Amino acid sequence: MRAKPSLVALSVAAAFALSACGQHDDAPKSVAAPGTPVAKPEIVVKLGHVAPMTGPQAHLGKDNENGAVLAIEELNAKGMEIGGAKVKFELLAEDDAADPKQGAIVAQKLVDAKVNGVIGHLNSGTTIPASKLYADAGIPQISGSATNPKYTQQGFATAFRVMANDVQQGKSLGEFAVKQGIKTVAIVDDRTAYGQGLADEFRKAVEAAGLKVVATEYTTDKATDFKAILTKIKSTKAELVFFGGMDAQGGPLAKQMKELGIKAKFLGGDGVCTPEFMKLGGEATEGQYCSLPGMPLEKLAKGPAFREKFTKKFGGEIQLYAPYVYDAVMVMADSMKRADSVEPAKFLPAIGKTKYDGVTALIEFDQFGDLKGGAISIYQYKGGKLEYVETLGGSPVDLAQGDAKTDVKEMEKVGADAVKNVAEATKAAVEKK
Amino acid sequence: MTSRFFRSAVGIGLLAVALIALPFVAALGGQAWVRILDFAILYIFLALGLNIVVGFAGLLDLGYIAFYAVGAYTWALLASPHFGLHLPIWVILPIGASLACLAGVVLGSPTLKLRGDYLAIVTLGFGEIVRIFLNNLNAPINITNGPQGITLIDPVAFGSFKFSGTTQIFGLALSGPQKYYYLLVTLAILVVVINLRLQHSRIGRAWQAIREDEVAAKAVGINTRNIKLLAFAMGASFGGIAGGIFSAMQGFVSPESFSLIESIMVLSMVVLGGMGHIPGVILGAVLLSILPEALRYGIGPLQTAVFGKMLVDPESLRMLAFGLALVLVMRFKPAGLWPSPTRQRELAEAKS
Amino acid sequence: MDILLQQIINGLVQGSIYALVALGYTMVYGIMGLINFAHGEVVMIGTLVSITVAGSLIEAGMPVSLAGMAGLSASVLACMALGWGLERIAYRPLRNAPRLTPLITAIGMSIVLQNLAMMIWGRNYLTFPSFLPKIDFELAGANFTAIQVIIVVVSATTMGGLLLLVYRTKLGMAMRATAQNPAVASLMGVNINRVIAAAFVIGSALGALAGVMVGSYYEIAHYQMGFMLGLKAFTAAVLGGIGNLAGAMLGGVLLGIIEALGAGYIGDLTGGFLGSNYQDIFAFVVLIVVLMFKPSGLFGEKTGDRA
Repeated sequence: MRAKPSLVALSVAAAFALSACGQHDDAPKSVAAPGTPVAKPEIVVKLGHVAPMTGPQAHLGKDNENGAVLAIEELNAKGMEIGGAKVKFELLAEDDAADPKQGAIVAQKLVDAKVNGVIGHLNSGTTIPASKLYADAGIPQISGSATNPKYTQQGFATAFRVMANDVQQGKSLGEFAVKQGIKTVAIVDDRTAYGQGLADEFRKAVEAAGLKVVATEYTTDKATDFKAILTKIKSTKAELVFFGGMDAQGGPLAKQMKELGIKAKFLGGDGVCTPEFMKLGGEATEGQYCSLPGMPLEKLAKGPAFREKFTKKFGGEIQLYAPYVYDAVMVMADSMKRADSVEPAKFLPAIGKTKYDGVTALIEFDQFGDLKGGAISIYQYKGGKLEYVETLGGSPVDLAQGDAKTDVKEMEKVGADAVKNVAEATKAAVEKK
Repeated sequence: MTSRFFRSAVGIGLLAVALIALPFVAALGGQAWVRILDFAILYIFLALGLNIVVGFAGLLDLGYIAFYAVGAYTWALLASPHFGLHLPIWVILPIGASLACLAGVVLGSPTLKLRGDYLAIVTLGFGEIVRIFLNNLNAPINITNGPQGITLIDPVAFGSFKFSGTTQIFGLALSGPQKYYYLLVTLAILVVVINLRLQHSRIGRAWQAIREDEVAAKAVGINTRNIKLLAFAMGASFGGIAGGIFSAMQGFVSPESFSLIESIMVLSMVVLGGMGHIPGVILGAVLLSILPEALRYGIGPLQTAVFGKMLVDPESLRMLAFGLALVLVMRFKPAGLWPSPTRQRELAEAKS
Repeated sequence: MDILLQQIINGLVQGSIYALVALGYTMVYGIMGLINFAHGEVVMIGTLVSITVAGSLIEAGMPVSLAGMAGLSASVLACMALGWGLERIAYRPLRNAPRLTPLITAIGMSIVLQNLAMMIWGRNYLTFPSFLPKIDFELAGANFTAIQVIIVVVSATTMGGLLLLVYRTKLGMAMRATAQNPAVASLMGVNINRVIAAAFVIGSALGALAGVMVGSYYEIAHYQMGFMLGLKAFTAAVLGGIGNLAGAMLGGVLLGIIEALGAGYIGDLTGGFLGSNYQDIFAFVVLIVVLMFKPSGLFGEKTGDRA
């Protein structure tokens, strides 16, 4: 039953390439290729996905895209019916290189292609300018990773996210520090929109609780050397170092803390809750804390199955946001189903009323399009693994502890079907040529 | 005489028709192409501004994007909810241009005695300094909103005529990017005219003298200091205006748009096209801003067509092809794709 | 006090790395007046090659120290070949071209090398195998590790060796002659092409060495690591007076220490108004101030008009 992953990847890639090829004729294809006989009318639903595929965050971009690919394959394998027609989902994957200008161009490209919805972008810096274009065109947008609060505060009806924003996360991280009985903290941020936003909210939370911020230091998202700022932090004898930034800096930062003999604990957000952090930080990550929005995959009914599907298909660990992106696609599809329409204008209101039991959380949106009650879970690195510590805030999530084994099997079947489907589609398309 | 006049009039007329029709042609391929076109013109604008500094006066400037950033933030701060200000374009653009001009003088005055590569690294440093300040001026007083950037920036508007969204004019539906296109083309033509006038003016000749031999220029009585400063100031003002339009077009600015790579891009446009030669610079700007986008559309389908499947990730191939193009053009056309006739002659002489 | 000492150690180590990379810039510049912008990418390739070679040898069961040596040699060889190839293919045809032409070529090569590296080594950050046992020292309250000591010692020896090469050997004499006046040097029987190629090859070898040291110090590598490092090293070379070998070394060490002290004390100096978020500015401001008073860098000779 196991398909070779390389074959899968290849056929998927081929399928995309062909579909990308087909987009040149502008007329929206609402029926299947004429060569293939179908019993029912088929609607093609185009979903755009945008993340950086080049540049320093390319590894996260690919991870996001993989999450979307997985979701789309499953949807197609399952075969969804909307308005009496069979729906075929198509992914238009684009690269914004984490550059706001590219983000706008790519967004315009997706608007032109008359996509039914957009998943992404990855970075807040590109998501915010792009969201205006989608809003103007009335195209719903769900981001799985843009956590800047501004994204949803611009007043666009089309902007949603399936992840707790920086305010929610920073606050919970602050609460956690307070609960640990810590008195003095040092804060480091990487001067990106994400890192700074998170650090600011953390500061507000700990200061409100009467903790003392003894040092505020900064770095950049390209730095590798943190010894100078860490030496200064050492002299303040802070009990905790909070880092607002990503794994590529967090790992080495934790390592250099150890080299300088700093005994303080390390705490960070979702950007450092990654396998990459552990890989880069080595032994120095032992005992350090980080947070992830939502609940741990292992604690969630669908978590382990998702992880297995993902690693089996792409032959690598989940980097970071793939499950959220996966959920974003699913929420989009679910809303179409509930509205019984793939027309953005018709299913947009349905997104706001989402109550979807996803991999990462029970997804509901507040009036801004933010995830309602966004729970934040704290983890600790122990023995080369992330161990769940506790969950702060958020509404209780459905923790159905169903028989995971059957779940996995079923998923495997779905996955295999997806492979078969794609292979068939590729074949059909090639024949058509 | 008349026939020559007639011919050039026809040429200009045809060019005008082409420029007017272009956004509609591009729109056939989708509004994304119109947007790409807008950015191409914005880059023409920037490249012509930098051309004054690098091409005319021969001063290697690696921090040009700083002036663009000053203009962009001026617009963003004066026309957004950030400070609650919504000033009209008449007020903002001149302020943006003057602030950028001031920045040019501030950068220029202490550094102008530096030569060549020393000037290059100092301007590079200046560009980074401006970016770092923009990124950090959210505390103790929040001026630039730091890395979060500024959102909901007003579009360009003349009275009630807004440049964002679609409007109907004479039964024609004009999209936002198309309207910006006409605005940008108008501005770009203005810049081209200013550039042409400058080139053959007293100042232009003084710049050229400095570029060729500074000591000799000084000896014949040119105030090299002031003339160089003027180049910096003029180049900077153009950068400032371009920045303002960018800000309005995007509706969002953050410091990451003004990194060193952007400066290098604009410089590449000037050199690749043909330094100091206005048509060449325009060509360079158009090529370098459209090429990566064209490759984005072209490489994936091309691979499938040739090999039947995707061999290499198109995104990485896109930048690879871009880099190779730079190397190859410089290898075979060292003076740029479209150098000025005099420069080409000089080069030929140097070789023989 | 212990803090000041620690900051100076931090800066010294960082500065030694800058210095090694800066030598690559300054050698090429000194001889042919070209800013080889792609030098940072050479360093990056050096790091990644050594990871691949050493990593796979360790996996094959070779002792760590041997594998480390093999990785280092492989990376030095690969970079020498790369440096030679760069000069031969990209720069040599442009020797009589306008001054900015090779600069654009260098930028183009930089983009090409980065993207090639991304295709070969992928987009993820790579971890560098630790070659050296982790030994920590403590001195007057300052902590440092064996690798830091090694970096400083290796840099100092390499630079000493390079100075010997340039001032005590025939090749060195040819290099100095070419730097003074290529036309006359060639009339004196110096093979200019060979000398320039040698400068590229030696500079790249030093780059590889620096790359391996950066890799084993931070134990992390990435296809974009070369850019910032190259930029800082270039700044260091200009600070010291570009084209001057001793200047590049001192400029590198100085820049490292300025950055460390800047990041450590800028807050106290400005009463908390500026923080370590301005640490990159510190280096540039020092550079600008130095150049205002000494327009050709701290140790640069007054060169003719290159503008």
